Amino acid sequence: MNGEFVFQGWRREDGRIGIRNHCLVLATVACAAGVVREVGRRLPAVVAVEHAHGCGRGGPDLGLQIKTLAGLVQNPNVGAVVLVGLGCEVLSVALLKGTLAGSGKPLETVVIQDVGGSSKAADQAEVLAQRLLGKLEELPRHGGTAEDLLVGLECGGSDTFSGLTANPAVGKAADRLVEMGGTVILAETTEMIGALGPLLKSAGTEEVAAKLRAKVERQEKRAREILGPLFDPGLAPGNVESGLTTIAEKSLGCIAKGGSSPIREVVDYGDRPSRKGLVVMDTPGYDIESLAGMATAGVQAILFTTGRGTPVGFPAVPVIKISSNSELFEAMPDDIDLDAGTILAGKTTSQVGEQILDTLLRVAGNERTRAEINGQAVFGIAQGGPAF
Amino acid sequence: MAVLAIRVHPRDNVAVVTADVQAGDVARLDDGSEVRVVEAIPRGSKVALSPIASGEAVLRYGEEIGRATEEIAAGEYVHTHNLARRK
Repeated sequence: MNGEFVFQGWRREDGRIGIRNHCLVLATVACAAGVVREVGRRLPAVVAVEHAHGCGRGGPDLGLQIKTLAGLVQNPNVGAVVLVGLGCEVLSVALLKGTLAGSGKPLETVVIQDVGGSSKAADQAEVLAQRLLGKLEELPRHGGTAEDLLVGLECGGSDTFSGLTANPAVGKAADRLVEMGGTVILAETTEMIGALGPLLKSAGTEEVAAKLRAKVERQEKRAREILGPLFDPGLAPGNVESGLTTIAEKSLGCIAKGGSSPIREVVDYGDRPSRKGLVVMDTPGYDIESLAGMATAGVQAILFTTGRGTPVGFPAVPVIKISSNSELFEAMPDDIDLDAGTILAGKTTSQVGEQILDTLLRVAGNERTRAEINGQAVFGIAQGGPAF
Repeated sequence: MAVLAIRVHPRDNVAVVTADVQAGDVARLDDGSEVRVVEAIPRGSKVALSPIASGEAVLRYGEEIGRATEEIAAGEYVHTHNLARRK
């Protein structure tokens, strides 16, 4: 990267700067999916988000659903929102709107049972979204720097090269972002199992170390209890085919994404970091739910490494895909933004780290990622308990 | 044939081969040191750099990734058949 890390984004009421200016059309419950999808079809400029949640669960899971949907609305990449609910659900439009009071974000609502069914609801939501899109276009751009960025780190479909090429290169980019005053989130607690030793060495304080240990040990215990014999080796079949043998081997490669900065804070799923620098978030290894946790916390972009080749993206948050090997980059060119497999041919992790920063800066300047172009935007929330 | 193998940490007793290798091929590390491969190893998999006793720690990234479940000779393929996580 040459010169300063400066981009033109959009400033939100709370002072955070988005690198996208999206109008979100969000279902509060699974039953509103058809309406949301229809609005997305009519207005390709909106980010239409449907999901399988919003009712039928209680306690902590419901709390998590509310937190995650509210977090997505409040993500700085979202400029305005239309909430679409059914009417009889637990996670109603009114409930979600209540948690968003004072956010200052333009917000409209449509309730399917109140307006006389799906097609009327889609018509109304379309009109409201169209109006919000117009307002968003008038919003002036606002300069931002690395200090304004919260960047998520993720790996999915790992192979044996992930820990040698793409993850250490992301680690270099993460180090540079932290040096420039930015914040990066290392997530996926499952992929810290077996790697507690080096993580504890990076812990910035005793408190951070204790929390890290508790989170990773809890995840390991839970994985053992629930997965039973499947916990050994604790890898997906594709991981093993690629040459990874144990969960520790995969984890040690995964944590390389965090780079070499001290870990400043450990936050719960979806919580916004209060410290700058390298932060660990407690999320599952399952990509979709891990991305949702980071988006809830307000990441504006995600650096995502893959060895086997996964196309997933996330609504409203650009996901930059980095391949761990050049064969993948050549085999799935439409899904990968950047190849770190060049490290196997002689490039250094620092050089590729700079390329990653360049790409991030271009994406912050509104260049679309492969996942955005492909419309890859799946939304899922980490859930603990049974469905009721 | 000589193939590049990547050892992350000087302490590691395994390295990852960057291409498929056959018995008789040579795995060469970036410091120039070499290990003769004694059996076929697929690209991306691990080769033992030194003899590893049964029960001994297998090290990658300078950390233990598991224990050898049988004796492993230098140049052998290291994967699920002879390496498992520590119980």
